[in-house]
Amino acid sequence: MTSSAGAPSVAPELAPDGDASSPPRRRRSSAWFLLLPGALWLVAFFLTPMVQLVATSLYDPSGSEETGYAMTWAWGNYVDALDFYLEPFVRGFAYSAIATALCLVIGYPLAYAIAFKAGRWKNLMLVLVIAPFFTSFLVRTLAWKLILSDNGFVVGIAKTLGLIADDGRLLATGFAVVAGLTYNFLPFMVLPLYVSLEKIDHRLIEAAGDLYSSPAQGFRKVTLPLSMPGVVAGTLLTFIPSAGDFINAQLLGDTTTQMIGNVIESRFEVGDYPAAAALSVTLMVLIVAMVAIYIRRAGTEELL
Amino acid sequence: MSNRRRLITPPRGFGAPVSRRSVLRGASFGALGLAGGGLLSACGTEGASQSEASCESQDLSDSEKAVTWSNWPYYIDPTGQADATLGTFQESTGITVKYNNDVNDNAAFYGKVRNQLGACESTGRDMFTLTDWMAAKMIGLGWLQELDKANLPNLEANLLENLRSPSWDPERKYSVPWQSGLTGIAYNADEIGEVGSFEDLVTRPELKGRMTLLSEMHDTMLFMLLIIGADPVDFTDDEWGTALDKLEEVKDSGQVRQFTGNEYTQDLGQGNILACEAWSGDVLQLQLDNPAIKFVAPEEGLALWSDNSLVPNKATHKANAEKLMDYYYDPEVAAELAAYVNYICPVVGAQDAMTKIAPDLAENVLIFPDDTLLSNTYDFMGLSAEQEQQYQDDFARVIGA
Repeated sequence: MTSSAGAPSVAPELAPDGDASSPPRRRRSSAWFLLLPGALWLVAFFLTPMVQLVATSLYDPSGSEETGYAMTWAWGNYVDALDFYLEPFVRGFAYSAIATALCLVIGYPLAYAIAFKAGRWKNLMLVLVIAPFFTSFLVRTLAWKLILSDNGFVVGIAKTLGLIADDGRLLATGFAVVAGLTYNFLPFMVLPLYVSLEKIDHRLIEAAGDLYSSPAQGFRKVTLPLSMPGVVAGTLLTFIPSAGDFINAQLLGDTTTQMIGNVIESRFEVGDYPAAAALSVTLMVLIVAMVAIYIRRAGTEELL
Repeated sequence: MSNRRRLITPPRGFGAPVSRRSVLRGASFGALGLAGGGLLSACGTEGASQSEASCESQDLSDSEKAVTWSNWPYYIDPTGQADATLGTFQESTGITVKYNNDVNDNAAFYGKVRNQLGACESTGRDMFTLTDWMAAKMIGLGWLQELDKANLPNLEANLLENLRSPSWDPERKYSVPWQSGLTGIAYNADEIGEVGSFEDLVTRPELKGRMTLLSEMHDTMLFMLLIIGADPVDFTDDEWGTALDKLEEVKDSGQVRQFTGNEYTQDLGQGNILACEAWSGDVLQLQLDNPAIKFVAPEEGLALWSDNSLVPNKATHKANAEKLMDYYYDPEVAAELAAYVNYICPVVGAQDAMTKIAPDLAENVLIFPDDTLLSNTYDFMGLSAEQEQQYQDDFARVIGA
């Protein structure tokens, strides 16, 4: 309230429209001020590297670290990159799409069970989902080399069952890469699914039953639509990092299963920075475009 | 009052309510616009080459009894103990050695020091240890200080003959081998008969999908050049192209399971692969667990390489670093070190010293190679920086896509 005793007649709140500027303006500027840390963060750690990345992708490809790179707006870098590396691009997206679908198929029932059926085991089960994160990503992936090894029991059983040929293998195949991706990114699918399933009001599902819908119908018409935010968030959190992953393909794949992440890594290693940057930018643009289309199609912009 | 307030009322557009979304959108497009127009064209990088004239260094060794050294992990006997080699050195010379284990990868280490050395600034290190090809690259860039041979009498006397004049530093002006290794073939004798040549490794049907090659360009291409009959120390661009085609053919046939770094040791140990291109030091380690793993010198020849001690520009304790390098060329010291690290010891006379401390290791050809093993070794042609980049690029394209 106004503290000044000399102005009792018109409190600012009651002032006519045009006079209401002062307090809201202060509020507005403080809002800007509050944005500052976030904005500085974004400028320092997002915008600056982004500009650098885009700039690098347009450097003259004939440059090198020794002679320096000149900025020549070499859009041809993008053409070359796509021309030469279309296959790993397509393969990378295909692998991560399959892995995402598998994560959804495996993760949905798991999240559903944790949210609705786990009872007092709920917290324990959640911890178990997150537990693998307590060890390093690399170690977990290397563990799959042991599990799928050519003389291991998994391959032995698969051979006995005739699932793979006698001279066949699981390790160093596309199968192993997709399995590794699925395993490594599964928690990113389960957790958002769990959160949105957990929030569902049980009375809605009961009401569906009261209105003579079968459990399956109730699931399709009530539970599933209400869990869509989790599905969308989970698929994005799985697809986006796995599309750029290179560890799984490097450790579990062979020479024919390289994903685009491997190519970017290798271009970077040989010091071909313009191509590495052009591929990274292309990957980012493609992912953003796919995600935008996906969110449009899923009609869930407001759910995020 | 109210009049004055009205006067400072902001223009209408500014006062209009601004949603968070439009602010963010406006800000980001504005920033991107700015970025796109201005910043991008201002980008570009300077060249990183230096020369003796452009980058002078000062030696304070006389007044400061210290030296800072970056080496690979597990590449020295325990550094903290007074009776270990480094402790003895510090005691006898009074020079304090700051030893860092911060070289894990040649390319990554290059990235670490690139900005300083490219701009002729100190890296804070007086000495570091890098593999031949990276040492060659740094010599080419003019990043290293020439060593004073007068401070290196043990080196002159005891360096292994095969290592005295590599193509990239023929007089060893800038580099001193720390430890060496051989690249050859390893195979599991329980599972498969001897794989005696590289040709055999890349063509034998039982090895299809059960063998690996190294992702180090110099190692793998050296063998490809040998297979097509070229000389790895002196080859033409045409021969390079043929060798590359050969590699692509081998890869496309499905023979090669993977191109790997050190990971091949696990695959070989677990039986996923039966044979591979391998480094001698790794094989020695593997043999401790599984004596059936054998190392062979391929008929075509084998690669002898070293990790080299180097003194970068702006290092202020060059003479101290030279003393340290030379100390490890004393055969007694070299034997003590070799007993611990199990790589090839580049010091003549260390084998005799070794018989006193560990007779079984003195007999091991993977630490003290005999003349038959050494007679057929090659190093890789010294490449200019452009060639190096071009060849790395070609190689990565074949193994990568």
